[in-house]
Amino acid sequence: MTSPHQGATGETSFVVELSAFNGPLDLLLSLIRDEKVDIYDIPIANICKQFLERMHELALNDAADYLEMAARLLRIKTLMLLPRHEGLDQWEDPRAELVRRLLEYQQMREVVDVLERLGEDRRNRFARSWTQTLSAPPQAPLALSLAELLLAVDRVLRQARKPVMHDVVPRALDVDGAIAIVRAVLALRANARWRDVVRLDAEPWEVLSALLALLELARRSELKLAQSRPFSDVEICRELAGEAA
Amino acid sequence: MNSLAKLLEAALFASPRPIPTEELAVLDDEASKAAVQSALDELREHYNVDGHGVELVEQGGGWQILTRPEYTEAIERAQMAIRPHRLSGAALETLAIVAYRQPIGKAEIGEIRGVDVGAILKSLLERGLVEVVARGEGLGRPLLYGTTPLFLEQFALRHLEELPRIDELAIALRTSKPAEDEAGASTEPVPAGSA
Repeated sequence: MTSPHQGATGETSFVVELSAFNGPLDLLLSLIRDEKVDIYDIPIANICKQFLERMHELALNDAADYLEMAARLLRIKTLMLLPRHEGLDQWEDPRAELVRRLLEYQQMREVVDVLERLGEDRRNRFARSWTQTLSAPPQAPLALSLAELLLAVDRVLRQARKPVMHDVVPRALDVDGAIAIVRAVLALRANARWRDVVRLDAEPWEVLSALLALLELARRSELKLAQSRPFSDVEICRELAGEAA
Repeated sequence: MNSLAKLLEAALFASPRPIPTEELAVLDDEASKAAVQSALDELREHYNVDGHGVELVEQGGGWQILTRPEYTEAIERAQMAIRPHRLSGAALETLAIVAYRQPIGKAEIGEIRGVDVGAILKSLLERGLVEVVARGEGLGRPLLYGTTPLFLEQFALRHLEELPRIDELAIALRTSKPAEDEAGASTEPVPAGSA
């Protein structure tokens, strides 16, 4: 019989919907149409053979739905071969169920044609906000030569500003320097304020250095720090005891 | 145009979906349904007579302002709007069966199509064209599917009855049971491949 000849179609995967047919019934109907046979009197042996051949051609061997139909056809074929007793009118055509399904399927195909036409009609009109499928717009084909592309890249790069590259260098705090400043200020007068030891436009490292210097000197009891209320100016007083020590 | 027609035009312009006549009547308490209907007719006439790029269409269970088909290509080429994807043959077959036999379960659809329809049904559900409408009586109480208003809209139908009746189709089929009435089924002279 039609032994599966696993040659060219050896490593087929599960691709059924991609084929020209929407299923075994579709394939069967097309065979019946091609052979111009009466759907109510299908020459089952012939159709069965062709079905298997087409299955093989289309590499549908491993699609369960097609295999099931093939098995069904073979079964009908064998049933048809059984001797019929003319006298008995109980003989039921083994093809009846298949015919019914084929007709049902064909009818549905007709509805599909109607739907296809209606759907295409509607597809050609936009509603005010057809939000249903606003996925990514289709990629427009690029109609550019390589030279044009390179020119464009060049133009863009020319316009782009050179990036400003920072070199970040760690700058150590200069606490000793700040201590010297504070001492110099306090040498001149007994009371000073924060502003006297830190310039208005001081950089953060200078501010921090001054702060640490003041704390350090306060620890060494060289001065006293006071602040009348939060955020007010810091008052720095020379500590006499420290000087004496 | 009278003021009711203008109001309806504004509402239809603002709405993302077709609006049925009864719903439009809510816009104006004093307007009767007949007045709404005649205002809609007036609006439709207005679009048709004065020559507009859009028209008023009754479909998808209601009224909607749609662009005229002759401008679709230009609009799409300019990528200002894109048409929804065309449905595959398998999807259309499944939709056709659901439309006519709803509520219907997955197994029955598969039986008619002769293939497993799980994946297709899932994608139709995701597209909002079918929905679960009930549960069956049988084993495991299978989910039963039906079509949605969006289905009507995408196929420009006012209601399901606008689909051709089964007996209007070229292949008239007793939809109920397999023919056992007359054993002489093979004598019926039906040309094969008449579709």
